[in-house]
Amino acid sequence: MKTNGGAALIKALELEGVDVIFGLPGGAILPVYDPIIDSPIRHILVRHEQGAGHMAEGYAHATGRPGVAMVTSGPAATNIITPLADAYMDSVPMVVITGQVGTAGIGTDAFQEVDTVGITRSVTKHNELVTNAADIPRIVREAFHIATTGRPGPVLIDIPKDLVDPTNPNSALDWYWPDSVDLAGYKPRLDGDPALIKDAAQLIIAAERPVIYAGGGILKARAAESLLALAELLDIPVVTTLMARGTMPDDHPLCLGMPGMHGNYTAVTAMQESDLLIALGSRFDDRVTGKLDAFAANAKIIHVDIDPAELGKVRRPDVGITGDCRLVINELITALKQIGAPEVQPDRSSWKSTISGWQEKYPLAYVQSEPGDLLKPQYVLEQLRDNTPDDCIVASGVGQHQMWTAQYWKFNHPYTWINSGGLGTMGFAVPAAIGAKVGRPDRMVWAVDGDGCFQMTAQELVTAAAERIPVKIAILNNAYLGMVRQWQEMFYEERYSEVYLSPDLPDYKMWAESMGCVGMRVEAPEDVLPAIQRANEVDDRPVVIDFRTDAREKVFPMVPAGKSNSDIVVGPEDER
Amino acid sequence: MSPATRHHILSVLVENKPGVLARVSGLFARRGFNIFSLAVAPTDDPTRSRITIVVDVESAPLEQITKQLDKLINVLQIDELAPIDAVERELMIVTVTVSPESKPELLSLTEEYSGAVLDESGDRITVSLGGTPEALDAFTSRMGAAVVAYQRTGRIALPRIN
Repeated sequence: MKTNGGAALIKALELEGVDVIFGLPGGAILPVYDPIIDSPIRHILVRHEQGAGHMAEGYAHATGRPGVAMVTSGPAATNIITPLADAYMDSVPMVVITGQVGTAGIGTDAFQEVDTVGITRSVTKHNELVTNAADIPRIVREAFHIATTGRPGPVLIDIPKDLVDPTNPNSALDWYWPDSVDLAGYKPRLDGDPALIKDAAQLIIAAERPVIYAGGGILKARAAESLLALAELLDIPVVTTLMARGTMPDDHPLCLGMPGMHGNYTAVTAMQESDLLIALGSRFDDRVTGKLDAFAANAKIIHVDIDPAELGKVRRPDVGITGDCRLVINELITALKQIGAPEVQPDRSSWKSTISGWQEKYPLAYVQSEPGDLLKPQYVLEQLRDNTPDDCIVASGVGQHQMWTAQYWKFNHPYTWINSGGLGTMGFAVPAAIGAKVGRPDRMVWAVDGDGCFQMTAQELVTAAAERIPVKIAILNNAYLGMVRQWQEMFYEERYSEVYLSPDLPDYKMWAESMGCVGMRVEAPEDVLPAIQRANEVDDRPVVIDFRTDAREKVFPMVPAGKSNSDIVVGPEDER
Repeated sequence: MSPATRHHILSVLVENKPGVLARVSGLFARRGFNIFSLAVAPTDDPTRSRITIVVDVESAPLEQITKQLDKLINVLQIDELAPIDAVERELMIVTVTVSPESKPELLSLTEEYSGAVLDESGDRITVSLGGTPEALDAFTSRMGAAVVAYQRTGRIALPRIN
């Protein structure tokens, strides 16, 4: 069948099961926007290309399916680099299609030309400049394969305009659809090496103070059930990293919550004091380890990751297993049972009582506000947590509000927590929440955002209002770049430099209303719950609540940068 | 560490496509790995190229370098060649000043290295020489101050047959 590159691209996306594209048209991608009119694929017109990328990420986080974004060349391509880098850091499956100037114009500094594949090479799992229209079906097929298998990640396809323009002979091709993908240089290993599985099982069954260090890879591998089975088999406590909140239900007695720089005392200290860390789909990020040579110094390490480059990158494992977390955990469970689990194991009762002692002694805590004072952000989060469905999806931006949400929310289901962990992208929350709601319209979706973050990408609420995507945004408005303020208070002698934002400029309620949302402002504790209840009832447009919070409130516990996790600062009273 | 133990040879088979060299060199730059020398050309299979990279393993563990390289979709195979298990050659062209007395020595050395005279004018002569990197080092140090300029290709290598 004779076709052209633009029509072939859309058909290929349909065959890949794409149901929504987040995008914004422009010169070089224009020919592809014509066949979209006749396609069953929903297109969501964003207001800024960064929004398209983060929406695709939010969609992927919430559904497990690859998010798709499409934008034009030049500035559109550069605008979507932040989401690409974000998706690369957090292993989010995403396919981004960029227009490019016509083949003859490449290299001539043509209008809206940038070297997109050159610029994005280090922030994509793979990218490809299409040089021949006949390659389009194959390249699309390969892109989805690469984005969704192995360690997932973003793949970019850059397509010159002449190859998709039906009036240009360069766009002509005979339609085909590859049955399968065979890439000689890409064969991810899925099952674990049986000998290493046995070694790991021996370490686990002998350990007296084991901790499972569960990372985002568990979610990518759809391995939450396997993780639970492994933990319950031997009663092993589990910490869930920022990227893994929800993999293990927070209300499960074995779940210790979040470790790391702002992790809770028990999670941080249990890792520090353990004799065996079972790292599953986690990557020994600096925000988890603190000072590396003081991190879990007496622990042996089992490290399971589908990306072999993660094994030994930061900490040398005693047993490093390349493979898919779900398969490897299941293999581990089988191997453990073969050597007598759960009956055969050392007495771990003192480890368990040590842990529960820490939990009792060092719970997360804050002091409620005095009447007339601004809201405590933790109080707002508790109210939101307790008055939304258990399977509510929560997205966040980056900073104090993100840490408080990760700490105070009770994540009892996988895929309910969406945030920017590795890159730390301010402005992630609003577009990511929109993408998540598009992917999971059956779920309530809240974004918890900071006032600084909100100002970076709020324009996408226009997209959400126009498309009737009823996300809800809680701004914890403390009128500051709060995390920076916290560091300046603690480490720069309270010399506050360029962190004040003002609570009223902009007027968030008015801004929300001007974007077609319901806007509210809440200043008193007794108004928090009614506002949340009112927001929960809105299902035809977005809602924004401006919660006025206390800027003096800091995120605790905290392991100061460069310090050992053993130097954890539990609360303000614990500061030197 | 001596330079010889600090340096490892990676023989990297890649798809012969535009941008592949940029992917490889970009990866080294991005991850802070140091390249000592690099040679690239198509192989007997025109869809494949071989990149021979001499890496300075003081900059990063060799294992991490090869694992990251292996993640590139266009990288097909990586062989780490310990000098003892590999045959290696490097090509050099070198211009030296000669006197009537020293010229015969240069010509005989050139012959010893299976080299050839490429250019000659006045008291200067340009020859090409092939050999192991160490032999080329020995040649330039023997010529000493007579060397006006030289250019080397960086080494190429293949595993020994046995």
